[in-house]
Amino acid sequence: MSTKVVARAPLTFYERTYLPTILSGLKVTAKHFADTVFRGKAVTMEYPEERWVVPEGYRGAPYLVKDQEGATKCVSCQLCEFVCPPKAIRITPPGADGAPADRTNAEKMPKEFEINMLRCIFCGMCQEVCPEEAIFLQKDYSLIGETRAEMIFDKAKLLKLGGTHGGVQKWKHKLEEAKAQEVFPV
Amino acid sequence: MEFLQYLSPATQFVLFSALKIFAVFGVVMTAVAYAVLVERKVSAWIQNRVGPNRTAPFFINYLPVIGPFLVRLGIFQPMADGLKFLLKEDFTPNYVRKVYFWIAPAITVIPALMTVAVIPFGSTLGTEKMVIADLNVGILYTFGIVSLGVYGIVLAGYGSNSKYPFLGSIRSSAQMISYEIAMGMSVIPIFLLAGSLNLGDIIRYQAEHGWMILKQPVAFVIFLIAAFAETNRLPFDLPESESELVGGYHTEYSSMKFALFFLGEYANMIASSAMMVTLFCGGWTLPFVTALSTPSSSILIGLLHIGVFFAKMALFMILFIWVRWMLPRFRYDQLMDIGWRRFIPAALINIVVTALVVAFLHD
Amino acid sequence: MSAPAIPAPAPAAPAPPPVETLTVKVNGKTLQVPKTHPDWQGRPQPTTMLQAARCGGVDIPHYCYHDKLPIAGNCRMCLVEFGTPMMDPATRKPILNEDGTPKIAKSVLPYEPGTPRGAISCATPISPGMEIYADSPATKQMRESVLESLLINHPLDCTICDQAGECKLQEYSVDHGQAGSHFVEAKVHKPKAVDLGPRIVLDDERCILCTRCIRFTKDIAGDDALGIVNRGSYNTISAFQTGKFDNNYTLNTVDLCPVGALTSKDFRFKMRVWFLKETKSLCTGCGTGCNITIGSREGTIHRFEPRDNDAVNGPWMCDTGRLNYKWIGRPDRLTEVRVNGQKVTWATAIKDIGSRLTRASSGSVALIASARQTTEELFLLKSLATRLGAVTDSVPREGEADHLLVNADRNPNTNGTRLTGIAFTEAGMQLPLIAAGIEAGTIRTLIVFGEDVTKHGIAPELLAKLEMLVVSDILPNATTALATHLLPGASHAEKRGTFISVKGRLQKLTKAIESPGDARAEWEFLHELVHDVTGRNGFTSIEGLFNLMARETPAFAGLEWANIGDKGVDVKI
Repeated sequence: MSTKVVARAPLTFYERTYLPTILSGLKVTAKHFADTVFRGKAVTMEYPEERWVVPEGYRGAPYLVKDQEGATKCVSCQLCEFVCPPKAIRITPPGADGAPADRTNAEKMPKEFEINMLRCIFCGMCQEVCPEEAIFLQKDYSLIGETRAEMIFDKAKLLKLGGTHGGVQKWKHKLEEAKAQEVFPV
Repeated sequence: MEFLQYLSPATQFVLFSALKIFAVFGVVMTAVAYAVLVERKVSAWIQNRVGPNRTAPFFINYLPVIGPFLVRLGIFQPMADGLKFLLKEDFTPNYVRKVYFWIAPAITVIPALMTVAVIPFGSTLGTEKMVIADLNVGILYTFGIVSLGVYGIVLAGYGSNSKYPFLGSIRSSAQMISYEIAMGMSVIPIFLLAGSLNLGDIIRYQAEHGWMILKQPVAFVIFLIAAFAETNRLPFDLPESESELVGGYHTEYSSMKFALFFLGEYANMIASSAMMVTLFCGGWTLPFVTALSTPSSSILIGLLHIGVFFAKMALFMILFIWVRWMLPRFRYDQLMDIGWRRFIPAALINIVVTALVVAFLHD
Repeated sequence: MSAPAIPAPAPAAPAPPPVETLTVKVNGKTLQVPKTHPDWQGRPQPTTMLQAARCGGVDIPHYCYHDKLPIAGNCRMCLVEFGTPMMDPATRKPILNEDGTPKIAKSVLPYEPGTPRGAISCATPISPGMEIYADSPATKQMRESVLESLLINHPLDCTICDQAGECKLQEYSVDHGQAGSHFVEAKVHKPKAVDLGPRIVLDDERCILCTRCIRFTKDIAGDDALGIVNRGSYNTISAFQTGKFDNNYTLNTVDLCPVGALTSKDFRFKMRVWFLKETKSLCTGCGTGCNITIGSREGTIHRFEPRDNDAVNGPWMCDTGRLNYKWIGRPDRLTEVRVNGQKVTWATAIKDIGSRLTRASSGSVALIASARQTTEELFLLKSLATRLGAVTDSVPREGEADHLLVNADRNPNTNGTRLTGIAFTEAGMQLPLIAAGIEAGTIRTLIVFGEDVTKHGIAPELLAKLEMLVVSDILPNATTALATHLLPGASHAEKRGTFISVKGRLQKLTKAIESPGDARAEWEFLHELVHDVTGRNGFTSIEGLFNLMARETPAFAGLEWANIGDKGVDVKI
């Protein structure tokens, strides 16, 4: 790397009085001042009243979703728990005698599903890895709680916040396909 | 008011002086608080922001239209700020030199307030002159007191026992000493013209002969710029220069002790503005209006004089503030260069020229 | 003193005669492989291509083949392309290439000589000069096709399948499978979540019909409960003969099942296998000392699985032992050190016991240890007893043996009590003497480790007569309720140490989880107590303790902790 010395242009006397700088500074500041005060061009977004338009593809808080019929989509495969880089997800599997899944054929669903929103880094790996399309990063960015415990969202809360997400109902289709074959009772 | 007649002159003097002191102190403190608000608002507007617009006391809900407007202007913000300063934890780092550390904020703020004593902020109210101390050597007193302010900053830097405050205080003291010379010399021509060191006399002279700003523009420019340097304001705020020195001399301070430095800075600004109004802009007088350029004959005119003085002062305050958000900071060597190699010679030449003019052309 | 200080790298076999070998090529690499390999019953059989490839470090994918089961050869996954040296039919001499190497004839379809013909490597014996192409394009194509065929009716419900993560079908699909399927028709649906037995759930859709479970149940467990019913695509595993599948070895079929067809009811939907920390340990259910792997996550044990050890249990274990872990996590575990009912710290309790024992007159102390303690702990107890002149014993625990693994001795470390001198040849002989001593007042201090002595001849009224009753146990019982000094101990999954099986196999335990509350491994606080009472020191780790014990106990002469290995060593009993 060679160094190039750039000659500094000598200042004229007028420039050396600082006057042009002061005047141009005055002009710029006066313009912005006038824009803000008289033309209402402040760029500040006054947050609680004004809300930001969340762009498409924004990665907000991950929530669990239900299918068209209001059934829990999650089957407790625990891949999200495994892939979660900050270990924010904690799933309690149903065990052998847990409650049966909402969807007849899916056999299982989580007994408890907790996301610690204080640990979550909103990376979207859980959504990426989910084979059941049961967890999605949604648009919530303002997660507020007064205690740490409050920031651990449980299954009921996650499902409530998550809403409905349709998609192919593979377990239902499998069940219908099996019934149509009339070979084995399922 | 009759009973006042029966008091001895000494008692009257004490009583009225005390009243004036409390009034001026209250006004200055309020002015400082609102100067901070103006600073925040002006900076916000220059930067296309809104500035403080949230603080709302509970009663504001009962005021339709005007209430929300005041809140949006941030009128109540200074109260919240003050309350915050009072309630914050006063933290003293365990490695500081405690005596100096504690004394420094007081030494900063007291001279700043004392300067105000000689400012004639109005003509008269009734029979009482609107100046706390009508000294014959008013200007000398001012300079003497202002020089003390630097001790607070030096002590803060030394007492903090920490490198950034130390560097900040060294810069500050060098800067203030340098510019005091230019500042002091810049006002000599004014006294040559007015023939008195009493600030009241100078205002009277300006009412009769026109403002000093027109007669002594060079002196005004030097005084104005030196005032920026004296008050550690941008573009000469090297003692604080956040980008280099964290916070300068008050880096280690918190809570009310920090607030005192803050207060000192703004009180200095107010004092400087008042000095400029008095020395160069005719004080409480307004030209072309006879009632406003002669000492008042009624209470109403007296109040109007005070109003004029404060209006002029406010303009200078806004100038101080505006410049902060307009100009970048000087380099330290440039600052020294301007002080010693431009302003001092210019002030000296100005003295000589004015002296010659006074000696040969007048009378 | 049969075990050498450093076990030979090769397993067992005392100075075998030179092994006859054959020369084969696997993936172009020339290998000398033994002419025979032991079959599932240990009898030498001609080496197969799969075994030969394994000798060369090449693992040929397979489902139905298992070292310890009869060969079925029905999954076709292990198909490989191979070639044999050409023979001149007239001279019976190999035909050579121009460079002198033997000319190889690749196996091809007889009616279509351009197409390679694979052979199932699990059942095809090698011949001299054979070349096995385990990675050739033809082999890969065969694998892909077989895999696609196996997946035709597979439900692909890995998300809800307990096998996911240790499923051969998953693994081979990643290695050899295709992303898409050519099969567009509806899949054949079979029964799901079938209750096959008290401990087994069967998902017929996932089954690839490798028949490992059938062969194990018939040939190893000797139950012949399982079989395949229906035809073609409708083939289904079923407990068709007796209708029940409830022998004591059913859970081995879960391990054997390469897919998720057979799953354990106990482990069903409990935890995904990839979360499980695997710790090498031992089953403590009986004297056999089956090697196990503990699957735990964050201090909770989720399952036991057998761990291969041909010297002890092979790849199997019984269901009783496998499910014998739930007591470890019981909420009523002893977790507090108590002296006279008051909760105290370990330091206080040990100091108190130590000073009282030091003052105790010789012969006034008796010690009952459990044959469920590790050998190191028994050794420490014995050295304590020797110093105190205490009479010692342990408690026998008998059950019914079976034909495969379960031993009549239900204590895992009976030989440990004998070899350390805690018990004589017959455990339990001293118990009546101790009871009599307490009755007579000669024994005023009793130390009990891991046993409820009220069930073994020392009644609670007798225990009440004692001046001091030091009890260490894991779970509360009638004896712990009477203890003046109660020391919470650790289960075998929570500590390190060794057990000696009934056949004299000395094997190691490894710590899988932390003990709850204040509970500590017995050897840790025992060595503090022994130090307080006898003044002996010199071991702060289990390694040091074992090595000290090995130096002082004739049966363990020459042994060192570092040389025991994962599969243990034989000691003279």
